[in-house]
This record gives sequence, C-alpha cells and structure tokens, in this order.
Amino acid sequence: MIIKFLLVTGTFFLSLLRSSGKLVLFCARAVISGVRPPIYYQEIFLQIYKIGYLSLPVVGLTAFFTGGALALQIYDGGSRFNGENVVPSIVAIGMLRELGPVLGGLMVAGRVSSAIAAEIGTMKVTEQIDALSTLAIDPVRYLVFPRITAATVSMPFLVCIGNAIGIMGGYFVGVNRLGFNSTSYILNTFEFLTIQDLTSGLIKAGTFGFVIASMGCFSGFYSSKGAEGVGRAATTAVVSSSILILASNYLLTELLFKS
Amino acid sequence: MKSSLINIDKLSLSFGNKRVLKDLDLQVGKGESLVIIGGSGEGKSVLLKCILGLLHQDSGSINFMGAKIIGENKQQFLSQFGMLFQGAALFDSMPVWENISFRYKYSKMFTKTERKDLAKEKLALVGLSENTADLFPAELSGGMQKRVGIARAIASNPKILFFDEPTSGLDPRMAHNINKLLQDIIIKLSATTVTITHDVSSVKALADKVALLESGSIAWQGKTNEFNSTDHPNVSQFKNPSSF
Repeated sequence: MIIKFLLVTGTFFLSLLRSSGKLVLFCARAVISGVRPPIYYQEIFLQIYKIGYLSLPVVGLTAFFTGGALALQIYDGGSRFNGENVVPSIVAIGMLRELGPVLGGLMVAGRVSSAIAAEIGTMKVTEQIDALSTLAIDPVRYLVFPRITAATVSMPFLVCIGNAIGIMGGYFVGVNRLGFNSTSYILNTFEFLTIQDLTSGLIKAGTFGFVIASMGCFSGFYSSKGAEGVGRAATTAVVSSSILILASNYLLTELLFKS
Repeated sequence: MKSSLINIDKLSLSFGNKRVLKDLDLQVGKGESLVIIGGSGEGKSVLLKCILGLLHQDSGSINFMGAKIIGENKQQFLSQFGMLFQGAALFDSMPVWENISFRYKYSKMFTKTERKDLAKEKLALVGLSENTADLFPAELSGGMQKRVGIARAIASNPKILFFDEPTSGLDPRMAHNINKLLQDIIIKLSATTVTITHDVSSVKALADKVALLESGSIAWQGKTNEFNSTDHPNVSQFKNPSSF
C-alpha cells in the first residue's frame, strides 16, 4: 500500500518535473530564436492585433462589471464602520494592483491560450509545421516568438485600458447608485494612488501575457495526434495558464509589495 | 552508375521500445527517381522525415552531396529541397498564391506582385487556372490541394523533390492524373525525386529505381524492370496482394 502510494506520487512528480523542464527549454528556445534575424515583424503585428486588440471587448466588459461590483461590495463592507468614503480609493487600488491584471489575464487566457494551442496543434496534426521546416522557416521563430512577444507587449496595454474602464464602472455605480458626488468621487479615486500601484499591475500583466502565450504554444506544439489531441491541448493550455497566472500573481505580489 | 546525391548509411531510429529504422542503407543517384514502397507502419514516412531533418536519427548518417544535413548546413540544404506532404499540408490561413510562394514571403528577392506571378506560373504548370490563386485551401478539392502542394514544392526549382504518398485519398482517375503530372514535372525539372507510396501505379509511372522497405530496413531494391520481373516473395506480394 505504502509502496504503491510512493510509486504514484513519485511518478507524478517526475512527470511534473519532466514537463516543467521541457517548458523551460521550449521558452528559452523561443526567446533565443528572437534574438537572431530574421525576425517576422509582420507576424508580431498580426498577433498584437489578434491577441491584444481583439481581446479589448472581453477585458473591457470584465473590468467594467468588476469595478461596479467592487464599489457595491466596498460600500456595503465600509458602511459597517462608517467607511463608505473609501470606496473610490479602494476600487482604484484594487483594480490597478490586483483585479485588473488578474481578471484580465484570466479572461485573455480563456480566449487566447486555447486559440493558440488549437491553431498550432492543428498545424502540427496536419503537418503544416513540418511544411514550414521544409521551406527553411524555423517554426519556433515563426510561430512561437511572435505570439509570445505580442502577448507580453499587449497585456500591459490591455490591463491599462481595463483598469480605466474598471474605475469608470466603480464611478458609474458610485455616482448613480450609491449617491456619491461626481467630483469628490474622482478626487478620492486619485488621492491615494501611487505610481507603484500602476507599475506593479503592469509588470504582472506583462508576465501573464508571457505565461498565456507560452502555455498556448507549448500545448499546441506538443499536442498528440488527432482531434482529441488538439482538444486536450486547448484545455491544457487554458487550465495551466490560469493556474500559472494565479501562482505567479502571488509570487509577484510577494516580490513587489514586500515592505 | 549515377553519382550519389543522397547517401544514407546505417540509419537507425527508435520511438521508445519500437525500433522503426534498423541500420538502413540507401543511395539516391543524381537525376534518379527512387520510389520507396512498403506497407503501412513500415517506417517510410519516418525515413523521409529523417532525410529532411524533421526527425533526428539515433545512429547512422545521412549525407547530401557529401555533407551532413545538420546545423547551419540544414537551412542551406532545405532551400534545395521540395516536399509534397501526404495531406498537402497547405497553410490554411493563406490563399493559394501565398502558399506557393511562401518560401519567398520574407525574402527581399521578390515583391508581392512578383510572388503572385511566380505562384500563377507554377499553378499553370500543375494544370490549375489563375483564378485558383486567390482561393483558400479549404475551398479546394483533395486533388486540387495536391496540385497546389506540388506547385509549392517546385516553386524554388529544387534539386531534389520528395513526394509522400502523392496519390493517397484520391480516386483512381485523379490518382492517374497526379502520377502523370509528377512524371511531366520530373522530366521538365530534371530533378532527383524520392517518392514514398504503396500505390503500384505510382511505381510504374514514376520509378527509375524501387526500394522495398520492410521492418525498418531495405528488403529489396532494383531498377523498375527488375521490379516488374523479380520473384522476390515480398515484392511479388506487394504487386499482387490478392494472390497471397
């Protein structure tokens, strides 16, 4: 019984270590491939459009409703100790530091990571990746590096816009539903904000972008044959990138707000 | 004897415990049209992928014009190769013309118009009209996809062409047309070709030399006339499966 337990646990951890090692090598290969020419700028801009621009509606809507809900929650909680006035500040700090990047990251992971995994997985199954190689194009340089670069660059901009929309959501609910004065709400929003609140969120966003694209590309590249393999790759990409976003969010919070 | 363009020496490759290629030796002469036949799962496609550097052998060597196809050499050699994949492997996000001229998409050698003209020229060579150029692969029939795949393979006038199951998934009439087309292209380009198939009609149409791959190694090889006359049991079985 104990031996069986140890065997299962050991196999699980060995497999986890093997996959982690493979992922690290894959990411390193992708990053190194972008250092030497040719760099496919056209592909990078296309991916910025697909990953960044087309994710705007989903990130914007998420941020707007989250900002509104946050305002309601803080107002309700704050009223227990006559702290209703903190609503604008807490909404802004909460959005910038935590909810903007994390929820934005999770939404983009759902939309983009699975799409990347499915696209690259299908290309692998239908031998399109092999075809790239035979045409003297390095598939990692052509497919992976542009996606990772695009996601890493796009996410901070997306989160920045999401933060603004989230704060507007809070403002909308605060002024129209909770009876805040418009001018004082705006003044209170910015009163306690520091530049670190913004930069920490943007650092997180860039990291999450890297995680989302890397997991999507990795899952697609190593997907097994057939429709089932591609489907599994898409699911793996979303689940693993979501977990990695939450885990790296904690680690980054520890690092960035140590004091 | 034609001078050897590709020289494969003691090539071995395993996937886990399964040994797919076993000490395989094979030479392809310059200007020769070699057809490799064999049953499903015998390692034909794996051999082709090893030659193209898509898979790395466990041991043995593959030389192209006396040099190994690895490292920096690989990209240089690949520019002299053209490959038709079993399912054509067209890039479904690009129109036909871009698929054909993809090799030059990021090269400063050609403008966009020149690339499109090149694609149309190659389309004409494989018997497709100019109107096909702007279609996407999903809008093409299986036979048309194969033809576009051939056009892409010959776009750079390669020295050596590889065809992986060129007639698989096609009806007999279309298979005949594709074999005829490949025959014409081989003559027109004077290219060396390596074809992998289990279709005897492709052997008859394309081969100068035939090699039978069985259990990961070459079980028999000879000229086409020898293939027709040999009584080697495995080759005979391949030619007339119903008599066994």
